[in-house]
Amino acid sequence: MRNVKVLEGSEAVAFAVKACRPHVISAYPISPQTHIVERLAQMRADGELDAEYVRVESEFSAASVISGSSAAGSRSYTASSSQGLLLMTEVLYASVGLRLPFVITGVNRAISAPISIQVDHQDTISLRDSGVIQIYVESSQEAYDAHIAAFKIAEDPGILLPVMVCMDGWILTHSYERVSFMEEAEVDRFLPAFRPLHFLDEKNPKTWGSYAEDNVLMEFKYSVQKAMLHAKTRIKEIFSELSKITGRDHGDLIETYRTKGAEVVLVAMGSMAGTIKDVVDRLRSEGTSVGLVKIRCYRPFPHEDLWEAIKGARVVAVMEADFSMGSEGAVGMDLKAKVCGRPDAPLVLDFITGLGGREVNQEIIEGVVAEAQKAMINKSTFVESCWMGLDPTIVP
Amino acid sequence: MKITVGAVVQGKSSLAYKTGNWRDQRPVLDVDRCKACGQCEEVCPDSAVHVINETYVIDYDFCKGCGLCAYECPAQAIEMVKEEK
Repeated sequence: MRNVKVLEGSEAVAFAVKACRPHVISAYPISPQTHIVERLAQMRADGELDAEYVRVESEFSAASVISGSSAAGSRSYTASSSQGLLLMTEVLYASVGLRLPFVITGVNRAISAPISIQVDHQDTISLRDSGVIQIYVESSQEAYDAHIAAFKIAEDPGILLPVMVCMDGWILTHSYERVSFMEEAEVDRFLPAFRPLHFLDEKNPKTWGSYAEDNVLMEFKYSVQKAMLHAKTRIKEIFSELSKITGRDHGDLIETYRTKGAEVVLVAMGSMAGTIKDVVDRLRSEGTSVGLVKIRCYRPFPHEDLWEAIKGARVVAVMEADFSMGSEGAVGMDLKAKVCGRPDAPLVLDFITGLGGREVNQEIIEGVVAEAQKAMINKSTFVESCWMGLDPTIVP
Repeated sequence: MKITVGAVVQGKSSLAYKTGNWRDQRPVLDVDRCKACGQCEEVCPDSAVHVINETYVIDYDFCKGCGLCAYECPAQAIEMVKEEK
């Protein structure tokens, strides 16, 4: 096999970003950061990467630098996690409105307080309404491939939105896996040079971020939604174009795993999907009718594909590592709102798992399937999300 | 009017974008009291006071009604009048 390396997930992402020939990388190098930008800085220092590397004093500045460089017509990149992503939030909303197609790696980690450095999806889920396209990955290989697709998705003339590749902290970023690399020439053919619609040019001055009155602001916001809807088609095409080159198929907007004829379908995002697949295999061999839908593209939300994947099931059990305080899990809400708000829809159960790095192991997944089967027999869902593995006796 | 992708606007286009409708008070110049000192032209933040045929004229397409000209006018030749529809 050509170009296969065993390396840390973070390093695999750094190599993917390098292969995309970014002009500008900006990052805040201290916690919560990963080896991704550290490795890119090393490549730059060693003369292996021809890019401007801008060290800044906060994630707000990192996002601001790449929004400026993106407006200037440069392919731009940053990475962060948890608090860092929250600090970027204001700039990310603005960058969506300005239609700046940069790429961010959102390394998933819990949000303080209490302080945690462990994985969950609360950080990137908190950005779900911003208009940033979000792709969640299961493995380091999928992370590598998704980054190469991400620049092409972002820069598509009909999309022009930031793209965030969300990958689980520690489980993916800090573990060593086999990752197959693309040839430089293959990446260059797949991802041609960035040709911006507008760029900052002193010879042809333009205004970015001008004032919009109440007579047009709704139209500007809808134009982002229109780009999101268009992105659903283009992302599928771009993933499929890439998988023809690499020979690797991670699915498109979603990946279905043994969902055919399944009475219980689990829905999950990120690395927990790998463990769920193992549990599905074992339960299937024991005669339990269960399958998995992995959501790869969370924004735009692929409700049409999800409906096709789950419509035959009796119960859909969402497993998610995030929670909307005062309501329920975000993915469960999306699914109920956009997919299952119809009389012929399966029951939807929402399970909160893996917050702050709590292991989503086989036992937890089996517990979810057991709850789903119970609900299937009783034909009833629960009103609140079910927090799996929670010890209520220690909660004050 | 068609909106642009990312609200990016061609530069030097502000003359086409009239801002006079922001105004709730209109400066009215009494030409008989005006001593043509040019203070109003100097202080106007919107460059909305011009000399036309040797008299000062306020351009209501761009005047936002801030009242600086009326405040600064040494001859008290400018009066702010409420805009009414």
